[in-house]
Amino acid sequence: MIEEAVFTPQLAASPIAGILWLVPALPIVASGVIALLKQPRRKAAASFSIGSLACSLVLALVAFAHVLAGWMHGQAVRETVNFTWLHAGGTNVDLGWVLDPLSAVMLVMVSFVGLLIFIYSIGYMEHDENFTRFFCFLSLFAGAMLGVVISNSLLLLFMCWELVGLTSYLLIGFWYQKPSASAAAKKAFLTTRVGDIFFLLGMVWLFSQTGTLLFYNGGAGSMEPGALAGLLAAPAGLGLTAAGAIGLLIFAGAAGKSGQLPLHVWLPDAMEGPTPVSALIHAATMVAAGVYLIARVYPLMQAGALTGGTTVALTVVTWVGAATALFAALIAVAQNDIKRILAYSTVSQLGYMMAGLGMGGVAVGMFHLITHAFFKALLFMGAGSVIHGCHEEQDVRRMGGLKGDMPLTFVPYAVGMLALSGFPLLFSGFWSKDGILEAAQHWDLGHGPFYMLVCGALLTAFYMTRQMSYVFFGNWRGQGHAHESPKVMTMPLAILAFFAIALGALGTPAWPWFRAFLDDRAAEFSFEGFHEPGLLALMATSSLVVFLGLGLGWWVYGNKSPQAEEPDALESAVPPVWAVLHNKFYVDELYGVTVIAFYSGWARVADWLDRWVWGGAVTLVAVLFRGGAHLSRLCDVYWVNGGFDKGCEELANGGGLLARVQSGRVQSYLRLLALAVVVLAAILIWSSRG
Amino acid sequence: MTPLAGYLLVAALLFAIGLAGALTRRNAILVLIGIELMLNAANLNLIAFWRYGPHPEALTGMMFAIFSIAVAAAEAAVGLGLVISIHRHAQTADLDEMNRMKG
Repeated sequence: MIEEAVFTPQLAASPIAGILWLVPALPIVASGVIALLKQPRRKAAASFSIGSLACSLVLALVAFAHVLAGWMHGQAVRETVNFTWLHAGGTNVDLGWVLDPLSAVMLVMVSFVGLLIFIYSIGYMEHDENFTRFFCFLSLFAGAMLGVVISNSLLLLFMCWELVGLTSYLLIGFWYQKPSASAAAKKAFLTTRVGDIFFLLGMVWLFSQTGTLLFYNGGAGSMEPGALAGLLAAPAGLGLTAAGAIGLLIFAGAAGKSGQLPLHVWLPDAMEGPTPVSALIHAATMVAAGVYLIARVYPLMQAGALTGGTTVALTVVTWVGAATALFAALIAVAQNDIKRILAYSTVSQLGYMMAGLGMGGVAVGMFHLITHAFFKALLFMGAGSVIHGCHEEQDVRRMGGLKGDMPLTFVPYAVGMLALSGFPLLFSGFWSKDGILEAAQHWDLGHGPFYMLVCGALLTAFYMTRQMSYVFFGNWRGQGHAHESPKVMTMPLAILAFFAIALGALGTPAWPWFRAFLDDRAAEFSFEGFHEPGLLALMATSSLVVFLGLGLGWWVYGNKSPQAEEPDALESAVPPVWAVLHNKFYVDELYGVTVIAFYSGWARVADWLDRWVWGGAVTLVAVLFRGGAHLSRLCDVYWVNGGFDKGCEELANGGGLLARVQSGRVQSYLRLLALAVVVLAAILIWSSRG
Repeated sequence: MTPLAGYLLVAALLFAIGLAGALTRRNAILVLIGIELMLNAANLNLIAFWRYGPHPEALTGMMFAIFSIAVAAAEAAVGLGLVISIHRHAQTADLDEMNRMKG
């Protein structure tokens, strides 16, 4: 490796860094505008969405050019713009964004791949009546994802992270009329939430330890040496430092989002969403957010490592990544749904990225992330084109021989497949995967991950060959007639195919530009790079493994013409192995009888408590009060009202009696008067005598 | 029997006749006549008590009687007027028919 002096940091914010917030803001605003549009305004929705993302892409390219210019002048560009979001007592919570090589590369990738997929969606979603809603969600997703990329604060990153999770949920469940789609959406949301809880814990812990969630803040950020020294000094139990424990918690969040073992279960089910969503969110960008997060907090993950050594957190990242890579590749071998094969392949490749981060550093993992984003988006969009051409058929056993019917899809798909398999020298996947294998070979803590990753590479080549033979070779086994997709869908494929090849040039050992760019070193072109000990042997080995995989795949599946209902070649050879792999190692079933059974048990207890204990208490109170009210009513009716009514009645009767005395006959009055006088006289006489 | 007692007896008789007339007659005019008789019995009493009282030289009894006669005249005028207007209104002078002022 070429040794270079590390660049001097340059911190002052330039104009482009100042307006970097526009990059995520534009698609989010577009999404808001589209949300207000009526359903039939399809053209307006698509143009707003694509226009805003194109503007974001231009801004991202300007930002990238700015970073590149700084890098060429020997400056390590890391410009941050921070502001205080809220004061609470003596505590400030700061947010901000950062422009450095990592975010610049990621910005360009996300907005570029996103733009191509947006354009592709016009063709793919053409007949969907919820076209406008689709573009609304897609724009929101793009904005949130770009927000994740530029965040300079773990909190801002977390907010955008959750927003990305929300749009993922909305888009997986886009066809919510399908029960499987809405179930998959819920599964994705809940599974990633498990990781996010740990992420949140790690974030809170980090804040309580360092008092800031900013990554870089001129020496006061949490990823800078001052704060890291404090984190290393704080013990966290189990032989971990606070830095290690927080790193592990954040990795749990990343594992949820990036589909690492054991939280990978949601990603294959997420393929229920429309194919552009699978390509954009569940292959190229969102699932890579976890990898990006680890790259972003890499100083924390690495804190405390001795020279050339590793940390507990990075060791865990490595093992989880390597295990995921092998595990998912095994499952991918025995899937029949064209998108599920790719989904497990994505899980497996994410494992590679994590392992690359764990063993080789930021640049190794990120390079695979970038190349993978291009070729996996290509593969998914190719698969979408195939599905579109085969009248929404997704089962590879009902396809076949499409290379003649869909040549414009076949050629880019083949490029993507070879890139994913790591076909030597020509394709980007080879170089990025080789970087990871090389790092694994030199890892200090043993060769386990190296062998796992090599096996994974073999399986990758194998299952991709299987898929290719099923889909594009052999004879047509589906119904009706397959047709080529429209230009708006095949053009993005061609562009992506170009990058799936060309990007490899940025990361060859002869010119390790990508690595130098991310590590703030100068890159020089020389074939010296190949002379590193063991490198050529490694390249030969990995090429051999790839050829072996391709050959094996072709030998088992190539150019055969099975019937659609015929069992798979592997299935008839080794049925028990096929059953285990086809059923995804029974992980879903395991979760079903453990975690889900546990929670549904508790839910039943809670339901019982609700219904009988709390509900019973409430009912009791209600009954008591109703009884009291009844009593009070009786009182009113029979006592108060009765007494009053009786009094009134008596008064009326008395009045009637008296009224009879007033007969209107003058003479009877006079008679009474006379009688009264007589009585009076009698009394007077009587009393005068006594 | 002193002369006073004789007068008083006559006056009492007169009053009783008047009262009986006022109470038993149905015709409003006859009732009025009965009332006049009772008034005049009272006047007779006044004169008799004055003439045979301790101060026959003072004209007090006479004055009372004259006032009473004047009031009786006014009362008769008003009473007759009422009877006439009632008669005009109800086409009868029968008191038993005049029973609409009741409770």
